[in-house]
Amino acid sequence: MKKVLAKCYIWLLLAMLYAPLLFIAIFSFTESRVLGNWTGFSTKLYTNLFSGGMNGGPSLLAAVENTLLIALIAAVFSTILGTVAAIGIFNLKGRKRQAMQFLNNIPMINPDIITGVSLFLLFVFLKFSQGYVTVILAHITFCTPYVVLSVMPKLSQMNPNIYEAALDLGATPGVALRKVLIPELRPGMISGFIMAFTMSLDDFAVTFFTRGTIGLDTLSTYIYTDARKGGLTPELRPLMTLIFLLVLVLLIIINIRRAKSDNIAK
Amino acid sequence: MTNDYIIDIQHLSKSFGDVKVLDDINFYVRRGEFVTLLGPSGCGKTTLLRQIAGFIAPDEGRILLEGKDISGIPPYKRPLNTVFQRYALFPHLDVFDNVAFGLKLQNVPAKEIEVRVKKMLKMVSMSDYEDRSVDSLSGGQQQRVAIARALVNYPKVLLLDEPLAALDLKMRKDMQMELKEIHRKMGITFIYVTHDQEEALTLSDTIVVLNEGRIQQIGTPADIYNEPVNSFVADFIGDSTILNGTMICDRRVEFMGHEFDCVDEGFGENVPVDVVVRPEDVYIMNQLEGAQFSGVVQSCIFKGVHYEMFVETDKGYELMVQDYNSFEPGSTVGLLIRPSDIQVMRKERTCNTLEAEVEDDKHVNMLGCSWECEVPSEFAPGDKVLAEVAFDKVDLWDNQADGKLGGEVHFLLYKGNHYHLTVLTDDGDHLWVDTNDIWDKGDLVGIDIAPSDIKLRRRDG
Repeated sequence: MKKVLAKCYIWLLLAMLYAPLLFIAIFSFTESRVLGNWTGFSTKLYTNLFSGGMNGGPSLLAAVENTLLIALIAAVFSTILGTVAAIGIFNLKGRKRQAMQFLNNIPMINPDIITGVSLFLLFVFLKFSQGYVTVILAHITFCTPYVVLSVMPKLSQMNPNIYEAALDLGATPGVALRKVLIPELRPGMISGFIMAFTMSLDDFAVTFFTRGTIGLDTLSTYIYTDARKGGLTPELRPLMTLIFLLVLVLLIIINIRRAKSDNIAK
Repeated sequence: MTNDYIIDIQHLSKSFGDVKVLDDINFYVRRGEFVTLLGPSGCGKTTLLRQIAGFIAPDEGRILLEGKDISGIPPYKRPLNTVFQRYALFPHLDVFDNVAFGLKLQNVPAKEIEVRVKKMLKMVSMSDYEDRSVDSLSGGQQQRVAIARALVNYPKVLLLDEPLAALDLKMRKDMQMELKEIHRKMGITFIYVTHDQEEALTLSDTIVVLNEGRIQQIGTPADIYNEPVNSFVADFIGDSTILNGTMICDRRVEFMGHEFDCVDEGFGENVPVDVVVRPEDVYIMNQLEGAQFSGVVQSCIFKGVHYEMFVETDKGYELMVQDYNSFEPGSTVGLLIRPSDIQVMRKERTCNTLEAEVEDDKHVNMLGCSWECEVPSEFAPGDKVLAEVAFDKVDLWDNQADGKLGGEVHFLLYKGNHYHLTVLTDDGDHLWVDTNDIWDKGDLVGIDIAPSDIKLRRRDG
């Protein structure tokens, strides 16, 4: 009996978590403008989405493109920065290292809105004209700590002598980094990259404050504006469904990788 | 001449923070020699090896490789290779690629790489494992691959940092023999670091004994075992009984309350010395006839090849004896030590000599605090003097707060009827203490000295 109750509880919880997503996914297969009206099965919204044949189609596609581009660039740079930072922090001793790890954690706990506003003020103060560059810089800023966090455990798992062993066998520090350190850290770097990519993908607050007034839209800011103009564009429903699936796949990849590396570690 | 020395280390010193890890190290290694750096953990042996490899820069001194100073050359340009304690194989490469790593960096042609790697894997009996991932290998197999990976580059010197420490006893013995065989076959110079004295005695041509950053003795295994230069070496290498003695005159020494003939000369007359007696060098017999002194067997333990007995001598000293025959505990036995088996060593010190400063006519400052004592009238406040305190006049207390000064028991030596302790004070000074109480290494103690036991004298020069 207890078991049944426990099972019911978990299913109820999952249902509440996933019902909204399921709702969107189901209603992406009907043509109705108003969410909640089922007017028969249709894939028209999907074809509209991909052919751009809807209201504000081009700007929606531009927003999608911006989102992916920004996420990609931000993820690449924060992976590089985060890995280098992790190696640096790892080689610090005692209290210095603790302090750096603490400093690294603060931006992750810090509410996005505060990060967004403070970056906005910083860019204004520095007289940076806001647009693409500032959004990317902002995204790199808040993604990097996640990369540091996912590379650090790989460094502690690593035999501390293998870098020295590479030097000993004639590798310059650069070669040792490329041939020994990076291959060892690669799983952590990939997890960090994916995490950075998804963090950037779903950010609204920071983008909103750093995009300036040149009319740059990512998906999140586009939807925000769109919803305020009166009702969501129906084509957003298939788009959201697709994005959800993409993120789901990425998450599954992260988890599989983690399970694999845990097995090896054992 | 120096041409013969492949490695020559001159006046090497290194400190980490305030701690002097290596202090004026000097030794050389001949081409093709198997040299072992031996010492307890924390003696600086690994630091020394890492400096030769190039991972740590020395503070002072030079490391010469074939007569050329390599102190400033980075590790990847030194023609030396290291075998690390925890193997340090590259987990993302298979066995073959691990071994080929160094050769590939040198742009050796692929064909030659294949030949050399295969030859080297054969040498360490790992031929069938070329394609295996290193994670699937046992500790012993990983160490073989690590040795092959280093040797395949034909280094001028192979450095080995406790390579067998992580292996179990049986495996370690096998690997020792194999290492010795590899050394013989390849003719490469080996510098080997270990804390295992037996391993050092088995493998080495020359042993360098280190303790607390200083070289204690350099010699062949037989030299080090038979002729230890001080009580540390005698205690660290093999079993021994170390006793206080007095050199009466040349070839005559007194210890354990008896006089013995010995073979040592040149100590002077009536000079306090340390005497080392190896347990296998004591002859033990049932009759007292022909014996030099007698004793009562306290305990007798079978050790496989021999019996190990503790005998209380007629003058109350405890002596360790090893013999193929067992003697019943409680039985009275006769004992004999041959002159050539008595090893006499000059004492490093006969009392504590401390730097002190006179504060007033009743106090001196030493070891970082103020002590009451009798200050002779010849000294004025502010005078820098030396204070002498006999070993047995230092009182130790269980509770650090009970003493004037806190300290930690750093090293202990049983001297037949008492313990000789080295105590490290909280400020890092050394005090040597004779006591009948039993302490353990690492015990925290309170230190006290009675005012009448502090003797002041002028500093020389």
